[in-house]
Amino acid sequence: MESGEHLFRREAGRMVASLARIFGIQNLDLAEDVVQDAFCRALDAWKQRGMPDNPAAWLMKTAKNRAIDVLRRERTARTFEPALARSYHSEWTLVPTVNELLDPAAIEDDQLRMMFTCCHPRLNAPAQIALVLNLLCGFSIDEIAHAFLSGHAAIEKRIQRAKKVLAQTNDLFDLADRDFPARLASVQRALYLLFSEGYHSASPSAAVRSELCEEAMRLATLLRDRELTATPSTRALCALMYLNAARLPGRLDAAGELSSLSEQDRSRWDRALIEKGSELLDASATGEHLSEYHVEAAIALVHARAPSVAATDWSEVVRLYDILMKVRPSPIIALNRAIAIAQAEGPARGLAAIREIQQSERLGAYPFYHAALGDLEAKCGAPESAVQHFREALALAHNPAERRYLQRRIATIEMPQRI
Amino acid sequence: MADFLYLYRGGQRASSPEQSEKVMQKWTAWMKELAERGHMKDRGQPLEETGKVVKRDKTVTDGPYAESKDLVGGFTLVEAKDLAQAAELSKGCPIFDNGGFVEVRPIMEM
Repeated sequence: MESGEHLFRREAGRMVASLARIFGIQNLDLAEDVVQDAFCRALDAWKQRGMPDNPAAWLMKTAKNRAIDVLRRERTARTFEPALARSYHSEWTLVPTVNELLDPAAIEDDQLRMMFTCCHPRLNAPAQIALVLNLLCGFSIDEIAHAFLSGHAAIEKRIQRAKKVLAQTNDLFDLADRDFPARLASVQRALYLLFSEGYHSASPSAAVRSELCEEAMRLATLLRDRELTATPSTRALCALMYLNAARLPGRLDAAGELSSLSEQDRSRWDRALIEKGSELLDASATGEHLSEYHVEAAIALVHARAPSVAATDWSEVVRLYDILMKVRPSPIIALNRAIAIAQAEGPARGLAAIREIQQSERLGAYPFYHAALGDLEAKCGAPESAVQHFREALALAHNPAERRYLQRRIATIEMPQRI
Repeated sequence: MADFLYLYRGGQRASSPEQSEKVMQKWTAWMKELAERGHMKDRGQPLEETGKVVKRDKTVTDGPYAESKDLVGGFTLVEAKDLAQAAELSKGCPIFDNGGFVEVRPIMEM
């Protein structure tokens, strides 16, 4: 399709956000019905005659007409925001009010407001991400379930529960609200996790991975496009996404197998994206607040610029992880720091750093913890111990690609002499 | 060569934007193929789902709802060697993917 892939899905996201303002967030179901109706109508009209020049405008106009019909039908049965309800009750004001609410300038804001609404503090991160995908990215329940390798019923339940929480809020989040800074941080976190979900996706499909990353980047760009939300940490988050996305093509080898940083074909990394990420990171270096995204982006840049694992400035990476441990300490970051120490100062120092991790029991269920131990034990000349750790990692692996990677590692340690 | 009318009947509606987009792509491809192979006479028109039914006693009612699963949703005029070829060509129609079907009717020669 000329107008770009996933046009329908993106338009759905825009339309739901705007209609949610017309109907109120408590009537989100009406908004979603109207959008689905508009798509069915578009399909009926276009499948034989082809798409009009401006499909997005056609869809929005169809949705608008349908919304007006629905308001006529539901204006006594449903509760709307009081001021709007008064306008909806009179035929004189109904249509002009809807026209005004669907003004193109207003629509841009609606997507941002919907994003902030989805990141409600009463929702946990998985619920926020599922909602963002469903409402802002137009993903169906099945598409979300497919991306997360989860069941339809589980995702449906998660989304329904989350929508109930939204229904108890009065309106789309107001960007002038005093909770804005805290909510912006939640939005950034959700987009960061959405991106990571794509980057480390359990899905065997490369298309699914890059789609999640692209959606996260698209929404992060919306944040960056508005002065209010384009804070230094938003810019740093965008930089981080670009720098990681640049390396996405290298994560899977020609056969679609997961490759570790040392095995990756760096010629497949996207140089233009790396430059863009680097420029954004420079632009984000303002203000007082150093966010975790700044530090993570800086680490990603060191990797992106290095010609090989051996030629990577590992002491700089360690230094950055030291800072990250102060900004946002966690056992996983401590583990990554230990891996960097192993590269900079040798595997024995790396192992020592892993043993020093506080609350390392929280890493027990994390396959990369065991894989890192296996890797360093192997480098320290302890193959039995290494294999044992890799086997533990194997038992915890999330998906076939991870399992095959670990099996390869075990096989190489067990029979290196034959080569 | 003779003319035939395809009547598109029934079929479920798409359940998500992405599915709509896929269906749209399939229809575009099929229509294009018919045209490239020289069978397309008129892409035809889609029909609204609702309308009026005027009965023998001239009463006007809303409809036709009775057999909505078989409702005509649109038509296309094609050119083919004979009815058998027209029927064969219709098998590529994406309507079969979502529960609809095609009625192939020869246009009467005058």
